[in-house]
Amino acid sequence: MVSQARDAAIVGVHEYPSRKVDGKVSSMQIKAASAARALADAGLTWKDVDAIYDAGEGGGGMSGLTIAEYFGLKPNVIDTTAVGGSSYEFHAAHAKRDIAAGKARVALLTYGSNALSQAMAIGTGGRGGFGTHPAENMDSFAGMTLVSNYAMVARRHMHQYGTTSEQLAEIGIATRLHAMRNPEAVAAMTALGFLDIRETTIDDVINSPLIADPLHRLDCCMISDGGGAVVIAAADVARDCKKVPVWILGSGEATKYPENGGDITVSAARQSGPPAFGEAGVKPAEIDIAMIYDSFSITVLTLLEDLGFCKKGEGGAYVSGGRLCFDRPNDGPALNTDGGGLSSNHPGMRGIFLLIEATRQLRGESTSQVKDARLAVAHGNGGMLGSRHSGGTVILGRD
Amino acid sequence: MADFKRPLPNLKEHDTREFWQATKDGKLTYQKCVDCDTVVFYPRHHCTACLGSNLSWHTASGRGTVYSFSVVRKAEHPFFRGQVPYAVAWIDLDEGPRLLSNVIGVDDPANDITVGQRVMVEWEIHDELALPLFRPA
Repeated sequence: MVSQARDAAIVGVHEYPSRKVDGKVSSMQIKAASAARALADAGLTWKDVDAIYDAGEGGGGMSGLTIAEYFGLKPNVIDTTAVGGSSYEFHAAHAKRDIAAGKARVALLTYGSNALSQAMAIGTGGRGGFGTHPAENMDSFAGMTLVSNYAMVARRHMHQYGTTSEQLAEIGIATRLHAMRNPEAVAAMTALGFLDIRETTIDDVINSPLIADPLHRLDCCMISDGGGAVVIAAADVARDCKKVPVWILGSGEATKYPENGGDITVSAARQSGPPAFGEAGVKPAEIDIAMIYDSFSITVLTLLEDLGFCKKGEGGAYVSGGRLCFDRPNDGPALNTDGGGLSSNHPGMRGIFLLIEATRQLRGESTSQVKDARLAVAHGNGGMLGSRHSGGTVILGRD
Repeated sequence: MADFKRPLPNLKEHDTREFWQATKDGKLTYQKCVDCDTVVFYPRHHCTACLGSNLSWHTASGRGTVYSFSVVRKAEHPFFRGQVPYAVAWIDLDEGPRLLSNVIGVDDPANDITVGQRVMVEWEIHDELALPLFRPA
């Protein structure tokens, strides 16, 4: 391992416990409640925060203005990078950069959404929205739902590499195993009315109804309410916080979009992964915990390949045989040990939960704890995997 | 049941209006950079490869290949809800552009469409434009 710059660490986290707020709580209230709990987790207060990172999901336009006022903060750094579900990996990377540059000492990232309460048809709506972008003006007549966007990646992956629905099913089986050990995930599935809350099998997944061929219902994430917060601090602050620091060791960011003649089985992670691993000086084989954005099973398969856990096209074989389960630490990383978007929560942009659960693992606080976990990767995917999307990779490690 | 309409492109959108206007005449068009020969699609007013903005319009043959597809079983939009199951697909035109469309004219989209299948444009006529759908060639 090369020498790593340990100049910024995650020192406080909180995951908002409710996944179904029944319209009684706003997204802004979820953000503020989570921020206060994450600051308390770190042993810090509102007054310590001098940098704010916000994806604008709570208050609409100009969120850098409105969120600072709502929290009652006067930050010196305001970053409103909004690239969908991976925004929080981008924010963590930017917070480390801003802290290393001496512009900030305590950074606050928050997320809140009542997507479920607002009955947002995220997965099966006519299409994802990009305003009046010319690309949307070309695409919108075809009725591509979000699920079918990802399904076309799966179809192409199957065509090019022989990947099977049974192999894709392994991803949901691993995350469900982890979810059943996480009381908040079980409560979430109960609140959302999941019919059969138990560990799943390959047959369960491939016998669940097709939503958009070749993806089945159990290849798809849930739609929930929820939110959370992450506090990132400079090294000297971090060493005095209540919990052990979880260092941000490396990061990378990228976007990808449809290209004439392009390969949709390759994601933005192909570009964002190498600089993150390179900066951290670690290899995928050394990673204990893989927090990989599981909007759909195919998302995880594609991202694991692009991050270098296996070669492109070999993801189906790689994920097979329960390799990603938390109790198989010698075989590969443990995947989404909180239950992930497939079985714990997905309020629309779930990248913050990747940072939160990775932190729990490196502190030894997960409900599916991997013994002596030292290194984690959090990779968020925003937008739509099969067309325009963002990828943010963050490598985390403990002392 | 109400007659829900398919969402149609905005004919005033600055980069794509020429493309949609040409569909009225049954022309499936794309751009090439006069300076560096790069195919530009979706349409723009600048070249995405060189610094030029000298783009020429060309008419595609309408022939292409299914790059990937999915059969939508569940849709919330009132028009598409009435169409399920239907096939969305990325179509690679022989001239290079890749566009999103529907594959129509098959009895069973789940079994009658394959990746690599040859397809041909079939226009769905509307008042002010036509939509390039595709059927097996």
